[in-house]
Amino acid sequence: MARKLPATDVVIVGLGWTGSLLAEELTAAGLDVVAIERGPWRDTSTDYPTTIDQDELRFGIRLDLFLRPAQETFTFRNNLNQSALPIRQFGSFLPGNGVGGAGVHWNGQTWRFAATDYKLRSHLTERYGAKFLPEDMTIEDWGVSYDELEPFFDRFERIAGISGKAGNIKGEKIDGGNIFEDPRQRDYPLPPLESSYAMTLFDAAAKGLGHHPFPRPGANASRAYTNPLGVAMGPCTYCGFCERFGCGNYSKGTPQTAVLPVLMRRANFEARTLCEVLHVNKDASGKRATGVTYVDAHGEEFEQPADIVLLCAYGLHNVRLLLLSGIGQPYDPATGQGTVGRNYAYQSSSGARLFFDDKRFNPFIGTGVLGQSMDDFNGDNFDHAPHGFVGGAGISCASTHGRPIAASGTRAPGAGRWGMSWKSQVASTYQNTTGISGQGSVYSYRDCYLDLDPTYKDRFGRPLMRMTFDWHDNERKMTNFIAERCTEIAKAMNPKTLQTNRLSEHYSVVPYQSTHNTGGATMGENPKTSVVNKYLQSWDVHNVFVVGASAFQHNAGYNPTGTVGALALWAADAIKTRYLKTPGPLVQA
Amino acid sequence: MMRRAILGLIGAAAFAAPALAQDLSYETIERGRALVTAGDCVACHTPAGAKPFSGGRAVETPFGDILAPNITPDRATGIGAWSDEEFVRALQQGIGRDGEHLFPALPYTAYSKVARGDLIAMRAYLATVEPVNNAVEPNQLPFPFNMRFLQVFWKALFFTPGEYRPDPEKPAEWNRGAYLVEGLGHCASCHTAKNVLGGDKAAMEGGALQNWLAPNLTADARVGIGAWSEEELVEYLKTGHTARSAASGPMAEVVEFQTSKMPDADLKAMAVYLKDIAAAPAAKATPLAADRPVMKAGAAIYADNCSACHVGKGEGVPRLFPALAGSAVVQSDDATTLLRMVLQGSRSVATDGAPTAPAMPAFDWKLTDAQIAAVVTYARNAWGNAAGAVDAGAVKRMREALKD
Repeated sequence: MARKLPATDVVIVGLGWTGSLLAEELTAAGLDVVAIERGPWRDTSTDYPTTIDQDELRFGIRLDLFLRPAQETFTFRNNLNQSALPIRQFGSFLPGNGVGGAGVHWNGQTWRFAATDYKLRSHLTERYGAKFLPEDMTIEDWGVSYDELEPFFDRFERIAGISGKAGNIKGEKIDGGNIFEDPRQRDYPLPPLESSYAMTLFDAAAKGLGHHPFPRPGANASRAYTNPLGVAMGPCTYCGFCERFGCGNYSKGTPQTAVLPVLMRRANFEARTLCEVLHVNKDASGKRATGVTYVDAHGEEFEQPADIVLLCAYGLHNVRLLLLSGIGQPYDPATGQGTVGRNYAYQSSSGARLFFDDKRFNPFIGTGVLGQSMDDFNGDNFDHAPHGFVGGAGISCASTHGRPIAASGTRAPGAGRWGMSWKSQVASTYQNTTGISGQGSVYSYRDCYLDLDPTYKDRFGRPLMRMTFDWHDNERKMTNFIAERCTEIAKAMNPKTLQTNRLSEHYSVVPYQSTHNTGGATMGENPKTSVVNKYLQSWDVHNVFVVGASAFQHNAGYNPTGTVGALALWAADAIKTRYLKTPGPLVQA
Repeated sequence: MMRRAILGLIGAAAFAAPALAQDLSYETIERGRALVTAGDCVACHTPAGAKPFSGGRAVETPFGDILAPNITPDRATGIGAWSDEEFVRALQQGIGRDGEHLFPALPYTAYSKVARGDLIAMRAYLATVEPVNNAVEPNQLPFPFNMRFLQVFWKALFFTPGEYRPDPEKPAEWNRGAYLVEGLGHCASCHTAKNVLGGDKAAMEGGALQNWLAPNLTADARVGIGAWSEEELVEYLKTGHTARSAASGPMAEVVEFQTSKMPDADLKAMAVYLKDIAAAPAAKATPLAADRPVMKAGAAIYADNCSACHVGKGEGVPRLFPALAGSAVVQSDDATTLLRMVLQGSRSVATDGAPTAPAMPAFDWKLTDAQIAAVVTYARNAWGNAAGAVDAGAVKRMREALKD
């Protein structure tokens, strides 16, 4: 029997980026906020100081900071005809764990989804006609516009300390920035990072082909920085231990380096770590949440009553909590009815790997963000009519790291897989290879979705969530197109040899690809095709807000965190300025 | 809690005849609260997690521990039954309620300078806090230091009683600063070295305690605050962080509980006074030659282990990572703080003005005594710094000392 605790104004499930941003905004507005986090407390100087943060075996290979399948995993199948099996070792994607969430161990790449993304169905239909879209593609408009989100993108970029170069300030295009980006009110708070050698080669080759490369924006501080909350960050040292690692130098924008020092000083905030939320509780009407039930590290069960419940866990976990709590109608691919779990999407990768015999790239100089990108073939920045597909990819030549264990996995063409033949090329390959990669959109389909698994359960006896997903022809065509573009640029860089990487025939959960899982609790204008309204408020239970990439109606060719951060601040603003005044549905269905 | 505090007040008013004389006006109590903050009474009289002023925290002295007593208005175990006169006598003369001599762990040598009216206001404020029943026996000292009558001789040697007399030659701000620094602020308790009997040595030239060095606060440019501006000192006292430095260890507590809560005008006054403390004549320090093997080794260790935060030439990052170049802590003759920082690490203070509270990680598990000696010697003699070399034996001794 759960012990009932004193009520609070707001309970937040998950203390990562979205949870800490919302907690900061709402405690500043005077609300009492309790955040419940499944993982441990994490702190820069305690958990990943400079003395240990570059331990590749511990953090990069053994994945010290990540969620373990024993805590929670998913079952997976490629299509409706298969039986899903549990993922017993995370591979294709790596969910975070603990305070700061994936914000602790992300690379830091911070983008704004394009204006066309928030109205994707209407935009593509208008430009190419309804018949251009595959019949089973279930993309929707998001119900929010880029112009509405712009101030919140700006705020997130200020809080997280983003380095970059603007390409479009209030409609004025700026050379050297991303001229395809939508208008921003001002430049990034920090200048771009220094370029690597590989980036300069890519830049020249891409420009030679008429493209528009620019330095990739992100949360690796190019200079010392103090954010609007008063928290200080140090300049990045280009050590290259970002993704999968915590940053001991206070250089990566994370909840720890940007928000928590201020939040933890507030008397009206409390974080409870090592506590796992089992479900959201509802009152008898089923239209109002009364709080959450959680289990602490000792197995004791508590009920935390609250006036507002914010689901701020990783997107996939948000969806599962909705399904376990009976909030919203589960999506049924057979009928197309229901919304929770609908429009799960992912990202596709393709590209080219280049091998030189006269270059030294010094890949140990890197950062998670460091790279030269181009958006010429991203989103709807180019005419798709001749190509027969929609979507696109951001194309980058990156210098994210030269970590020895990971880098030794790259083999030169013709080199052996083991022994002398392998050994003899490791050192030279380490220095003379670079890559061009396309991070591609994946749009949503009728048969790609999330639901509760009929067979497998977690350690609390709750059904695991089942993922059903595979590539579709549209994405296969798009990534082939992108692979060709990457190969053209690679050729212009004049390597000795190059390999083109294309999308696998079927999606596999085994090799690492991307932790950009999206959808399942999508936002939109219509309760029949979305779980939450434009303010991320549940259509069904008005005091539940579901914040994260779970709200995305499709996935674009951009890293999601910038858009997730903007949506979190946008939802916080709606709660402060609208919901608190008149608690109830903010949009009438 | 509030109700108990109110009951405590009523109790004090009803049963303690002397307390009836107290001025319980809002203005007096608020003034007392500010003065109690300026005196940092909470630092010694409140153990971590305990109720304010309930006593029991150990004040470490070279002679043994003294537990700070309960100064809540509890009549049985606190100071609720004390008269105002008894309170003033304790702070100005170091004499307890029963006429016994107090140990100078209570810095009455400094508090003696506090004006009687201010002490009465402090007493008025302390009468309003929650009374806590917590009996504390302060005297935990070993024989013979536990013999209170010996304090008579100590006082004869080291104590000059008397309230602060303003210097008419100096501006009011300077005098206000002197009153705070020499009186309630009791800065000399740490920043003035003590002799073997615990009496003051040369004023404000720095002192070691609890394996920390409270640095020199005179105008010496190398090991004092000669290079600091008044604005920097105010920023340091208010936020704990400046472009060059960060408050850590015991000073972090001072900033957290005392100076960050004081009015800006008082901090400015303290800075004005501190900047006017002349330095003792110092011999010119010359740095060790960069080609010495220990300097070369230190430079390599610095590049690998320190430069990520403290940056290539020891310049640090303003308000995040302290500068080592030009640092008094780094160049002080006594390398205590420097060694403990490297060995054990330390978290800097978090304040509203500087909430980040970055921490230095521990290197005791990562570097040997010889490596630490080399890198510390390097930092003391690179980038314009100059100070004596530190040998591996000193690192070993500090390792042992920190185990306690």
